[in-house]
Amino acid sequence: MRPDVEQLAEVGRAAGGGGEPAVLYDRHGVLVVRVGDVVVKSHQEDREAGDALARRLVVAAALPGIALPPLAPPRTVDGTAVTVWPYGEPVAPERPPWADAGRLLAALHRADVPDGTPQRARRDRVERLVARLGDGEDADTVRAAFRTLKPEQQEEHTSLVHGDWHLGQLVNHQNRWLLIDVEDLGTGDPAWDLARPAALYLGGVLAPAAWNEFVTAYRAAGGPVADGDDATLWTRLDEPARTLAIQIAATCVQSAREQHREPDTAEAAMVAACGRIAAMATGT
Amino acid sequence: MHCPKCRGLMRTYTRNGVHIEQCDNCRGIFLDYGELEALSRMEAAHHTPPPPAAPAWGAPAQVHHHHHQPQHYGHHGHHGGGVFHMLFST
Repeated sequence: MRPDVEQLAEVGRAAGGGGEPAVLYDRHGVLVVRVGDVVVKSHQEDREAGDALARRLVVAAALPGIALPPLAPPRTVDGTAVTVWPYGEPVAPERPPWADAGRLLAALHRADVPDGTPQRARRDRVERLVARLGDGEDADTVRAAFRTLKPEQQEEHTSLVHGDWHLGQLVNHQNRWLLIDVEDLGTGDPAWDLARPAALYLGGVLAPAAWNEFVTAYRAAGGPVADGDDATLWTRLDEPARTLAIQIAATCVQSAREQHREPDTAEAAMVAACGRIAAMATGT
Repeated sequence: MHCPKCRGLMRTYTRNGVHIEQCDNCRGIFLDYGELEALSRMEAAHHTPPPPAAPAWGAPAQVHHHHHQPQHYGHHGHHGGGVFHMLFST
């Protein structure tokens, strides 16, 4: 049984949080409750928990200035893993800190990998999202693009990677931007942490200026994915960005379908990107 | 605005800060004063260093930017437009 708001608020109060509990997030089996300066998160039951989660929190705690440090080791409430964090302000959508994001990911990718760090979590989201697509032309386009993906390759596990990076994974705590959500954190190929903005840039959804700000800061901070020229960068990013473009398009097609509406401009742009991916593969 | 040649509807595209009107019907392009020069400069800049090596499936024109105005989004973020979702959630 998943703990409820009051149970998480109780954990938050025990960690020094005060005031009325506020629900920050409640989706996909994840509940996040804020109590004053403390945030308590109950994790998905089917996600890796236990020892791997505990080790990921230890890694996060050892990344000052890069990752938000947990306030306590993970605990179990009613059989569900629960973690406790300081509160941080999320990114304001009208001014994402792209340069800080690039700098933080570069620092993460360059950090020493502590002994006992798990491998990054499995990347099976794209398979799951494509598998549940219904009928229709857009869904067919996404499926055609999906068939161009290579089977998951053997991966070097030399860098520390976030594993699920997007702008919702940054908070501002004591005037510093820090990475959050370390459930997928581990060793792996750092190119995947850049894949979502790369996919949106190539899809024509993310402005070139925003992408350039991000990747320039990443490169300036010594980010290993960008340690060569642009051709090398894009060779490393192509498959991850393609995968994310397909994953994002699948999410868009499904949510438009569930809401009985047409995809909006940006969603249609990502489906169009899938069309180009599929067309390149067939040479049409 | 309408196309001076065929009266089709002209759409505005912005490419690296240059506004280009293109006719939906005949695909003709209308440039304002100075835009041809701006495009020539960009082309020169584009060709001097090695060309950007982005994969060929990249969008031919960046016409869908919403980077500064994700539509009104709710407290949990999931009432907003597609762009907000794409940038801010898994």
